[in-house]
Amino acid sequence: MDLYEYQAKELFGRRGIPVPAGGVATSPEQAREIATGLAAPVVVKAQVKTGGRGKAGGIRAASGPGETEAEAARVLGMDIRGHVAHAVLVEAATTPAEEYYAAYLVDRAEGTFLAMVSRHGGMDIEEVAASDPDALVRLPIDPLAGVDADTAGLLAEKAGLPPETAKVLHRLWQVMVEEDALLVEVNPLVRTADGRIMALDGKVTLDGNAAFRHDREPPAASGGLEDRARAKGLNYVKLAGRVGVVGNGAGLVMSTLDVVAQAGAAPANFLDIGGGASAQVMADGLEIILSDPDVRSVLVNVFGGITTCDAVATGIVTALHQLGERGLSRPIVVRLDGNNAEVGRRILSDARHPAVRQVFTMDGAAELAAGLAAGA
Amino acid sequence: MAIFLTKDSRVLVQGMTGAEGTRHTARMLAAGTDVVAGVTPGKGGRSVDFGERTVPVLDSVTAAVDGTGADVSVVFVPPRFVRAAVEETIAASVPLCVVITEGVPVHDAVRLRALAAAGRTRIIGPNCPGLISPGQSSAGIIPADITSAGRIGLVSKSGTLTYQLMYELRDLGFSTAVGIGGDPVVGTTHIDCLQAFQDDPGTDAIVMIGEIGGDAEERAAACIAERVTKPVVAYVAGFTAPEGRTMGHAGAIVSGSSGTAQAKKEALEAVGVRVGRTPSETARLLRSALERAAG
Repeated sequence: MDLYEYQAKELFGRRGIPVPAGGVATSPEQAREIATGLAAPVVVKAQVKTGGRGKAGGIRAASGPGETEAEAARVLGMDIRGHVAHAVLVEAATTPAEEYYAAYLVDRAEGTFLAMVSRHGGMDIEEVAASDPDALVRLPIDPLAGVDADTAGLLAEKAGLPPETAKVLHRLWQVMVEEDALLVEVNPLVRTADGRIMALDGKVTLDGNAAFRHDREPPAASGGLEDRARAKGLNYVKLAGRVGVVGNGAGLVMSTLDVVAQAGAAPANFLDIGGGASAQVMADGLEIILSDPDVRSVLVNVFGGITTCDAVATGIVTALHQLGERGLSRPIVVRLDGNNAEVGRRILSDARHPAVRQVFTMDGAAELAAGLAAGA
Repeated sequence: MAIFLTKDSRVLVQGMTGAEGTRHTARMLAAGTDVVAGVTPGKGGRSVDFGERTVPVLDSVTAAVDGTGADVSVVFVPPRFVRAAVEETIAASVPLCVVITEGVPVHDAVRLRALAAAGRTRIIGPNCPGLISPGQSSAGIIPADITSAGRIGLVSKSGTLTYQLMYELRDLGFSTAVGIGGDPVVGTTHIDCLQAFQDDPGTDAIVMIGEIGGDAEERAAACIAERVTKPVVAYVAGFTAPEGRTMGHAGAIVSGSSGTAQAKKEALEAVGVRVGRTPSETARLLRSALERAAG
């Protein structure tokens, strides 16, 4: 779960990592109010979970409350690379004397954590790595020892940062560990003209699986199908095509999307009913997919393991019964294999539902679903 | 032969008295696994009746190891208890610990991996279906009846794709099939399994299943080029996955230009690994690779 910049800075502030004074606003009037409490000049920053805000005009300077209100009005609602700015961060402007880069992240390949620190900040870290590789220090972090004050000092020294940055590097590690973060990045970390070290930006990704250890507000719901699916324990991702895809297991569903694409159609979604899914879960999944008006045909691809095919077949029959007329609106191609496949197939054929067609291979089922979507 | 798990493996199940633990213990027993004990803190002294076999429940892994000689642990406990459960297994020096649980925090996985590396335990998972050496033993939840013993080795990030490929190649059979899990950090990697299959005289060819996210497949390609002489075919899921969206598995996400299925396919093909576009094509490639090796 990616945090907005203002949320990241709240976490920083709570742990004594200096950030510019400011606040978050969702209306121009609110932005004006925040600016009134700050010494001019201020900056107005679009809160979107994507890079390239500055180039897109999402970061504006303002000299006082009036200008802040006007700039906030321009930025709020702005679309930046597909992300709409619903909020702005209004902050006291800071003039850096020097800019650095600091991050902790999960090193998947080594199965550990990695510190990345550079004396060049404010730019894309890939550019730094390419133009001046020596300026980017990468240090694996022993997960059992972590980053203590000494390690933080060593990091600062190796990267050529002033010693007073070590305290911030140490506290950023505490954010990483105590918040169960997968990424903590500050770019730029700055030294101001009067010698203060400050995080001018912040990017934090939290591990949703660790939510049980933290008292966090749940992410704001958009009210869409993805939220409805999540509430039912389904893993659903909306895509741009016409063939609805539901299956068991992330790998098999991803593979099914690929096979549908190969058959010449674009998948409308990814929906994983998970391992050990009951008939009810299958019914919920089908109901979600048929709620999407973009869907022209549905492909159910199940390889029974923990999830048994008879449960899946029962779920399909239940869902179609509940959906009534809506269940007849689009064809459903079903492929069942694995545990209790014979029983599942029989349940479906006995039900004789006019929308359901069974195909016994994954490739064949994908071809039929793709063809039906094209013909619809 | 087989890797990591044989007919002599003595398996204990952490969380055996839970619903999933009980259900899958019964399946493991039916697959021929020598399940010697269950571990549930606070329930020691009881036993669970599985029909032909009654399995004792003990309070701690150490007690189970001392009492039964268990050398494999399969973990079915909820995510919040996984860290403590596996730490206990590592402390008891159990050689193999298979973590089925989905939703384990990455910080816990990193910590357990470091502890395991410092000790004598190999972790498989978390968030994996486990492993099966057909006809010998099964540690986890892979259905035992879709295939039989043979000479193909399989390593996969995905549970259901493991089943799919085992089914496609059921006439050939498998030495061992290992589901390593789809999380960002797992205890055992593709490379670990490739090396073990290379060293296993009972394995003639290897199927490797990857998916989007990370660079494990690219690293596996480098390993294959250097150290694997047996035929390897691969399948990579997620060609249609959009950037920035997690596709079910916590680790299955394309970030920027990295982690795409296309990049993984190209890295593997560059070292001579043939990569199927579908599971069925992958199975065909494996058959032709075996024919070439025989001819």
